[in-house]
Amino acid sequence: MTIATPELTDVEIVDLASTQLRDLNGRLHDPAGRRRWRIVNPNGAHAVACGLDAEIEVEIEGHVGYYCAGMNKLATVHVNGNAGTGVAENMMSGTVVVAGSASQSAGASGHGGLLVVQGDASARCGISMKGIDIVVRGSVGHMSAFMAQTGRLVVCCDAGEALGDSIYEAHLYVRGEVASLGADCVEKEMREHHVAELRTLLERAGCDDVEPAEFKRYGSARQLYNFKIDNAGAY
Amino acid sequence: MLEADRPRAQENWSLRESYLYDRNVIAEIQRAAREGIYDIRGFGAKRRLPHFDDLLLLGASVSRYPLEGYRERCDSDVVLGTRFAKKPLELKIPVTIAGMSFGALSAPAKEALGRGASEVGTSTTSGDGGMTEEERRHSETLVYQVLPSRYGMNPDDLRRGDAIEIVVGQGAKPGGGGMLLGYKISDRVAQMRDLPRGIDQRSACRHPDWTGPDDLEIKIHELREITDWEKPIFVKIGATRTYYDVQLCVKAGADVIVLDGMQGGTAATQDVFIEQVGIPTLPAIRLAVDALQELDMHRKVQLIVSGGIRTGADVAKALALGADAVSIGTAALIAMGDNSPEYDDEYRRLGSAAGFYDDWQAGRDPVGISTQDPELAARLDPVVAGRRIANYLRVLTLEAQTLARACGKSHLHNLEPEDLVALTVEAAAMARVPLAGTDWIPGVNGNI
Repeated sequence: MTIATPELTDVEIVDLASTQLRDLNGRLHDPAGRRRWRIVNPNGAHAVACGLDAEIEVEIEGHVGYYCAGMNKLATVHVNGNAGTGVAENMMSGTVVVAGSASQSAGASGHGGLLVVQGDASARCGISMKGIDIVVRGSVGHMSAFMAQTGRLVVCCDAGEALGDSIYEAHLYVRGEVASLGADCVEKEMREHHVAELRTLLERAGCDDVEPAEFKRYGSARQLYNFKIDNAGAY
Repeated sequence: MLEADRPRAQENWSLRESYLYDRNVIAEIQRAAREGIYDIRGFGAKRRLPHFDDLLLLGASVSRYPLEGYRERCDSDVVLGTRFAKKPLELKIPVTIAGMSFGALSAPAKEALGRGASEVGTSTTSGDGGMTEEERRHSETLVYQVLPSRYGMNPDDLRRGDAIEIVVGQGAKPGGGGMLLGYKISDRVAQMRDLPRGIDQRSACRHPDWTGPDDLEIKIHELREITDWEKPIFVKIGATRTYYDVQLCVKAGADVIVLDGMQGGTAATQDVFIEQVGIPTLPAIRLAVDALQELDMHRKVQLIVSGGIRTGADVAKALALGADAVSIGTAALIAMGDNSPEYDDEYRRLGSAAGFYDDWQAGRDPVGISTQDPELAARLDPVVAGRRIANYLRVLTLEAQTLARACGKSHLHNLEPEDLVALTVEAAAMARVPLAGTDWIPGVNGNI
């Protein structure tokens, strides 16, 4: 799977081995700053390229810690490595691509934009998602899409236990095995418009070797939307 | 049951009431059996708890001299967020408005809180569900909450806030999440929270992307980076293991700690949670101040205390125990008109009465505060209600200043534990001030 990395010209290169994170993020937030950036030696730093608010492109060469591209708006961020907890948390728009794997809570509470994880994503991927689209080329860990409100989560391999627990209206597509479904999450019929939706998502994520027909769809049974004592055992 | 409706049981020995199974307990058992669900309500703890009423201030006499009321200054300003933030909050009074959501409260109520707070130079706070335009427009200083649900949360509003408050818990339900029942999920609330209309909306009890103090430190760092280190970052905790929680918040990098005792109000929580979880505000302040002093961070990391602040005396006593400011929620709603006798007939039609109404979760508030019904909400004039809030905040401040002057203090922050005595052994032990008429502090010394 590939996502084209634009040919970076007029790129500002920042070496985090010799530059303070505060200096980097401050420059990335500057409305008059460069449009293209390459960050080298992130060395697992936290909060790299968080709070971006412009149509800029940031390429990070290496692994990042927590909250990389947190609350991203408009920007495109490529992580050519692994990402720690909460990559693209509460993202509003734009695109974040992790070439490696992502730790817990990838895309947590994201409101929009596209997060692509080309490896695996750990537990709670898409927790509390509110409109974000997430495509994981590998597998996701337990409690993924917990309390997922809206948006789409696509998992090209397997999903861990309690997928979609207490889900609201998010759409979940899984190609492989689901260890178990969480409370109020059920398999649903894959209709034509779902296939079309999934195909578009896969195309946007650069997954051109995966067939939408191989996926199953999961969503809310809507039985727990209003508390009923007879459902107490399901909570 | 209202007192007037009760039978005159005292006149007949065979009708004497059981202490263990009084009429309230019997009614609740029967309600639970009938309805099959726990009682959910608003307001705060109703049980008797050690509180500021159990403390008294020692006015000046021969050993101390007082300041002249109305003539000699007693300042009340406070600066919050001096530790790391480039732009700390500078408030004229040490009484702030606590976080209450649009959803739990109507839009006019949120606007009124902003108007009232701004009129007297203090801050108000957003709540679960995000920031409304009305409250931002009418709040000179607005604290933006980051809650576990992240409903309506976005970086634009984060930057538009004057401070950021990470909510870990609240005093009415430490360890519990939020609850907004379906009949308050209007189209606007649903849209702001990305949820279908009319469903029960339950907010998570843990944040989706961090757990524990080490993660919290990284989360605070991220929020500082996103906002370019301008905003003070508050951390709000419900009072439980307060000493350790406060130390961990300091370690995590908080500028301000907001400590909510178990008397703190709620829009909708299980009664069993409200009454049975957490510790009262009184011992919580003492523990928090101990924790800050041990780290040499008292007055460097500011402490805001909430949970049962009703009068200027409560304000003065909280500050004397070491708080930098206090916060009000329930009292602010009452100041706006909640439980007003003017609406007694309507309260009675709802099965309650003025002075007793606590069904804030139900969305049928006749005053127009805890509702999303457009007709009910329209009853609350935000200008009038805002004026009441401002009046009430002024009274709280004047009362606290009156007491501080009597103790010889030229600033509310000069009040100190030495100005206090306790009326009960429990309060003396919890607040760690002497029992009145003695020098005995239970747990500290053995003298009576």
